[in-house]
Amino acid sequence: MANKSIKKVVCFGATSKIAYETLKKFANDHVEFYLVGRNEEKLSEIKNDLEVRSGKVVKIGICDFSDLNKVQALVGKVKSEFSNFDTCLVCHGFLGEQEKAESDVRYANEIMNINFNSYFILLTEIANYFEEKQSGNICVISSVAGDRGRKSNYVYGTAKGAVSIFCQGLRNRLFDKGVNVLTIKPGFVSTPMTAHLKQGALFVSAETVAKGIYNAILSGKDEVYLPSFWRLIMMLIKGIPEFIFKKLSI
Amino acid sequence: MKSWGNFPSLKNQKLVSTKSCNFSDKAKHLAIGLSRSYGDVCLNEDGVLLSNSENSKFISFDAQTGILKAESGVTISEIIKVFLPKGWFPPVVPGTKFVTLGGAIANDIHGKNHHISGTFGNHVKSFALKKSTGEEVICSEKNNKEMFSATISGLGLTGVIVWAEIQLKKVKSSHIDMKSIKFKNLDEFFSLSEAHDKNFEYTVAWLDCVSSGKNFGRGIYMAGNHSENKTNLKASFIEKIPNVLRTVPFFFPSFILNKYTIRIFNALYYNKQFSREINVPIGIDPFFFPLDAVFNWNKIYGKNGFFQFQCVVPESKSKECMKELLKIAVDSGQASFLAVIKKFGNKKSPGLLSFPRRGTTICMDFPNAGKDSVSLMKKLEEVTMNADGALYPAKDALMSELSFKKCFPNWSKFKKYIDPVFSSSFWRRVSGE
Ligand SMILES: Cc1cc2nc3c(=O)[nH]c(=O)nc-3n(C[C@H](O)[C@H](O)[C@H](O)COP(=O)(O)OP(=O)(O)OC[C@H]3O[C@@H](n4cnc5c(N)ncnc54)[C@H](O)[C@@H]3O)c2cc1C
Ligand SMILES: NC(=O)c1ccc[n+]([C@@H]2O[C@H](COP(=O)([O-])OP(=O)(O)OC[C@H]3O[C@@H](n4cnc5c(N)ncnc54)[C@H](OP(=O)(O)O)[C@@H]3O)[C@@H](O)[C@H]2O)c1
Repeated sequence: MANKSIKKVVCFGATSKIAYETLKKFANDHVEFYLVGRNEEKLSEIKNDLEVRSGKVVKIGICDFSDLNKVQALVGKVKSEFSNFDTCLVCHGFLGEQEKAESDVRYANEIMNINFNSYFILLTEIANYFEEKQSGNICVISSVAGDRGRKSNYVYGTAKGAVSIFCQGLRNRLFDKGVNVLTIKPGFVSTPMTAHLKQGALFVSAETVAKGIYNAILSGKDEVYLPSFWRLIMMLIKGIPEFIFKKLSI
Repeated sequence: MKSWGNFPSLKNQKLVSTKSCNFSDKAKHLAIGLSRSYGDVCLNEDGVLLSNSENSKFISFDAQTGILKAESGVTISEIIKVFLPKGWFPPVVPGTKFVTLGGAIANDIHGKNHHISGTFGNHVKSFALKKSTGEEVICSEKNNKEMFSATISGLGLTGVIVWAEIQLKKVKSSHIDMKSIKFKNLDEFFSLSEAHDKNFEYTVAWLDCVSSGKNFGRGIYMAGNHSENKTNLKASFIEKIPNVLRTVPFFFPSFILNKYTIRIFNALYYNKQFSREINVPIGIDPFFFPLDAVFNWNKIYGKNGFFQFQCVVPESKSKECMKELLKIAVDSGQASFLAVIKKFGNKKSPGLLSFPRRGTTICMDFPNAGKDSVSLMKKLEEVTMNADGALYPAKDALMSELSFKKCFPNWSKFKKYIDPVFSSSFWRRVSGE
């Protein structure tokens, strides 16, 4: 497929390491940005950086995605302040602590809200916007963790799995409306989210993943594993029968 | 944590991000960049190293004046990547693009344009210096002038440079028009330099440092200017090789680099250019950063690492002294891959401990073969000192306290600007503290 022309990108969760590395690549192409995140100071540092790189004015919006009541209004604000954007990147995420989520339902709910419910609201609004325009690119960061439930992080995994399935549905709905929906499934990436984990051999840099995201958006892909070997790993993992899988600790 | 020369090997260095450091640790602190210094200026045994890799964003750019404000962990490589397409170039670049703004300021680095543009410090407008008290001091020629001078070439000892404003240079194209002339001996080098330096913004010469007899002192003089015309150069052969193949996967066993292989390398290099003089357009990377083509070439010297020797010797003693230094290197048989020679200009840097000064600089690498290498380095140091020259801290792992104090007579004036919580292995070695 021919490379897409991308001019205006809105990014939710723009302070994420993976998002920032990806936005830097788009800045090289002099793209305009609207950045959304909860931390104003971090956002304005990234705004300044991207303005220097792209030579374009960068806009920002503040939102905490655990507060679902604010999310819809936020999209309205983006639509009015950043007319005709053509690409939307959704990157925010919260790994949370599995053990705490098992005993504390409110906490588990927060994990679900940040990782899925906010996505669901955002993406519904954005999808309708692009559908009306009959064009647009949606890129969503899900995770390999959403491919199969495991005891070590199934609450986060459930949210990510829901994101993946939701995106499949959107893709199916929008494919003949000129809207591309891309699901990114990273494996282990060295970012603040995983800073507390032991960085094993499977870890890759956010820059590497960003390169993959950038190329996948430009070439209009549907679903990519990053790095791509995760497709094979997850195929194997998904292939294990449940009666065996339930006994494993992986 | 090691420096680029993989020597010395020091213990107990704790790496902490500058952003999260509150100086609560009792140990001595030192900010670092990408550790592209060779010796121990970027090392701190039993201390804390402050990483600036997360402190690497651009802050602002004024397209009218060309002044760039950026956090200190931003690299020369990133600046070139973002600004060359916009028609701007760093004012001074070293032989590798993988150095940070902080490192460039703290070592007050020089490039092939020293004879015209001076050092990196000559192009620094201002910076913020974070002290161990938590205070951030803004320094420039106007504000906190003394701290400004002490921090440029201050070897990281005055505090952490958080961000800096530097003047970029306007360029019309993304390549260099290069003139490259072979010379048969050092006298010829000096005449070429005399004749051409004034017409070229960038000049440097490569020296064969294994050949004796009639080939003693032969080399290639390279000079260039940013081209006035835009042409699209094809990627060079080496740039087309994928990154993985340009990475040295492990430390080479030391027998691979020996007199014979290095002799062959030197001969091939000299003879790669067939005619005496060529004039060609060449890309930024092959002209300025040929060594970066292999990412971690330092590993070919093996686990014991290597020494780099770089000195500058005053104009009046240059010719004699350069011959003597080269002769010692050639005679030692401890051959070196890379030797470069260049004449510095007389533009003065604001830096108190700045290394470059009018005269001739020479730079050579030697694998670390233990005692013999150390005594060779000591001999080179002695010759330099006798000629009233100076050694470059960024490349040094061995100079004595006496030599340091002689090379940098401002050291005692500098001392009072050191932050009490900061120190480095280099400083403890040469200051006698
Ligand atoms: C292949 C190669 C070629 C080279 N060619 C040249 C050359 O042509 N000319 C030249 O001058 N040098 C040259 N060098 C040396 C190199 O430019 C310097 O050593 C440079 O300072 C390295 O920068 P760095 O970011 O890696 O800093 P480091 O090596 O990590 O640190 C260097 C010094 O800067 C201090 N420092 C780093 N960051 C900060 C900060 N944020 N705040 C305060 N202090 C800080 C450190 O404490 C240390 O004293 C070369 C090195 C290599 C490997
Ligand atoms: N790292 C991995 O190994 C990995 C693997 C698979 C998938 N992923 C996914 O990749 C995406 C990017 O994460 P990352 O790895 O780049 O980690 P990161 O740098 O830690 O980014 C996480 C981002 O989520 C934001 N965030 C968290 N809770 C929020 C809330 N309540 N409201 C608003 N923003 C909130 C954070 O904002 P602040 O900056 O304000 O904290 C931050 O921008 C996430 O969706 C993550 O699930 C990561």
